[in-house]
Amino acid sequence: MAGWRNHTGLAVALPMEGIDTDQLIPARFMSTPRAEGYGRFLLHDLRIDREGKPRADHPLNRHPEASILLAGRNFGGGSSREAAVYALVDFGIKAVIAPSFGDIFAGNAVNNGLLSARISDADHAKLSNALDSGVGTLTIDLETCQITLGDLTRPFALDPVWRTKLIEGWDDIVLTAKHAHAIAAFTQKDRATRPWAYLNTEFSPPNQNPTGA
Amino acid sequence: MSGQTLFDRLWRSHEIFRRDDGASLLWVDRHLVHEGSHHAFGKLGMRGLKVANPDLTIAVSDHYVPTRERASGGTNDDIRRMIATLETNAKTHGIRHFGLNDPRQGIVHVTGPEQGLTLPGLMVVCGDSHTSTHGAFGAFAFGIGATEVAHVLATQTLWQTRPKTMRLTFNGVLADGVTAKDMALHWIAKLGSDGARGHAIEYAGSAVRALSMEARMTLCNLSIEGGAKCGMIAPDETTFAYLKSRPFAPSGPQWDEAVDDWQALQSDADAAFDREIEIDASDVAPTVTWGIVPEQAAAISDTVPANAPQDALEYMGLKAGQSLNGLPIDQVFIGSCTNARIEDLRAAAAVMAGHRAKVPGTVSPGSMIVKRLAEAEGLDRIFVDAGLDWVASGCSMCVAMNGDVVAPGKRCASTTNRNFRGRQGPGARTHLMSPAMVAAAAVTGELTDARPFLKDRPLAGAA
Repeated sequence: MAGWRNHTGLAVALPMEGIDTDQLIPARFMSTPRAEGYGRFLLHDLRIDREGKPRADHPLNRHPEASILLAGRNFGGGSSREAAVYALVDFGIKAVIAPSFGDIFAGNAVNNGLLSARISDADHAKLSNALDSGVGTLTIDLETCQITLGDLTRPFALDPVWRTKLIEGWDDIVLTAKHAHAIAAFTQKDRATRPWAYLNTEFSPPNQNPTGA
Repeated sequence: MSGQTLFDRLWRSHEIFRRDDGASLLWVDRHLVHEGSHHAFGKLGMRGLKVANPDLTIAVSDHYVPTRERASGGTNDDIRRMIATLETNAKTHGIRHFGLNDPRQGIVHVTGPEQGLTLPGLMVVCGDSHTSTHGAFGAFAFGIGATEVAHVLATQTLWQTRPKTMRLTFNGVLADGVTAKDMALHWIAKLGSDGARGHAIEYAGSAVRALSMEARMTLCNLSIEGGAKCGMIAPDETTFAYLKSRPFAPSGPQWDEAVDDWQALQSDADAAFDREIEIDASDVAPTVTWGIVPEQAAAISDTVPANAPQDALEYMGLKAGQSLNGLPIDQVFIGSCTNARIEDLRAAAAVMAGHRAKVPGTVSPGSMIVKRLAEAEGLDRIFVDAGLDWVASGCSMCVAMNGDVVAPGKRCASTTNRNFRGRQGPGARTHLMSPAMVAAAAVTGELTDARPFLKDRPLAGAA
């Protein structure tokens, strides 16, 4: 995955708190192969009515070219479904700005090059006010951890490990391969100190004992 | 070493390597996978990688499995494909699999502990946010996303930045008829759905110590609904008694050795936590959610708050100031990794025995083992005689991926974990509560305090 340092794009305000993972992508779409694209599922039940027609008043239907979202507290809380991030990324979203995020969501985001930028409630209010009718062009700088909208520049918080990962576009599986010796040394010692932690039991034929014991 | 928290001990025993930037590579003791792992196995396949430790990887079919007509293999082609894909991936990589037709099949967070796969001192991960359940045993257990699942499959390790610690102490004694579900909804309502964000919770205090293993699992299960990284309870005799003789638990001399090690899994008296929260257990009442996030919860005797957000009121079809007690419901669901273990079914049956339900509903036990045990105790008859459907085990109507859904606009009293918009189906209105409270709602057709129903009634099925 390619890393990135800064991004300028159209920001759209979603003036809602607690946009959870089940809103970001309803569970019924999650059996779809990723290759088919997940963008059309983003916020599906909020964007699309029960007859399957896009709701004209939804900010993302009015501005499908948006690449930045400004949302309320606790964005992405709930499920561990990475599909919530796939839906955002495939829709073209590069960054979400909010006062707080679900931890698992934020971790999944960084693994897909999506920034979850945490801002104070006061800055959330300032940025919301500065977005004219809820839209505006915004610049995000990962090096300085700053958001710029016109002459307003505000800081955002991001775990430094995640910041580096976004900038470098690191692939953890490749990184971890470099530590193969450390892993082998750990398990050798660990098997001796915590022998009970390893599974030696054969996978027995189905157990009919109703207590499971 | 003194001044250590339980979490410190768990972290230290799994840390392989720490980078200069603070990220640690951690060893994974148990990796649980379900049908949702298809993205991760796909990533592995694209790189031509094998599963590093198939012996520490356990597959369980739960999210998509049909709870009715199992022989169909799934309620539609798409669902059948999801179930078959896990079967194939498990076979290809030599992973133990509790599949659709295995008599031990169940919800992964019920099956793991039931089989003794979950133990104190382990690090347990799964591509499911309710993995926090396993913390009830004094394990470090949390949900991960698909990229992380692929990483664990490929390496049996995971990069993590250390979370902060928080101790949530419930002092005193719970009132009769108040459960672990109520404790969880109570603290989440108090601190918020993101109240424990970035923290590993240790639940402590006399009211936590007094909980059964199954109730501890309910409490830890809901840690994620308050935004926590994980939740855990230090192991004690209750933990050891539950685990002894479970199929995958250590046995013989190794059992004694393990218990010796597990007894050290405590927070020291002088351990410092980043946050300390204390709650008086006697303040906890039977609690129900009224809104669209778990923090929107209140005691059954309360009203919908005056400052309730408009979007929640609209979605739920409620008015600020309205009483929760007496709110008519359309159906009930008893199931999920939160509240479908045997004690949950006993609690619901104790309320329901001898009554007819006024609304339809479904009871899906947490595992097929729980189902058979409940049938041996006659609990199934109580539910069926009341007019509810008694079905096979799976995530079912909690996540509504297998075809079990609540219809648009319908109001469901549910023992599950999320009242998010559309969680139980598009337009579904979910009220979360304990199994006894759901049973009482079924009997009266409205939200109501279960406690009068429990007066002078023995727990059904309990010896």
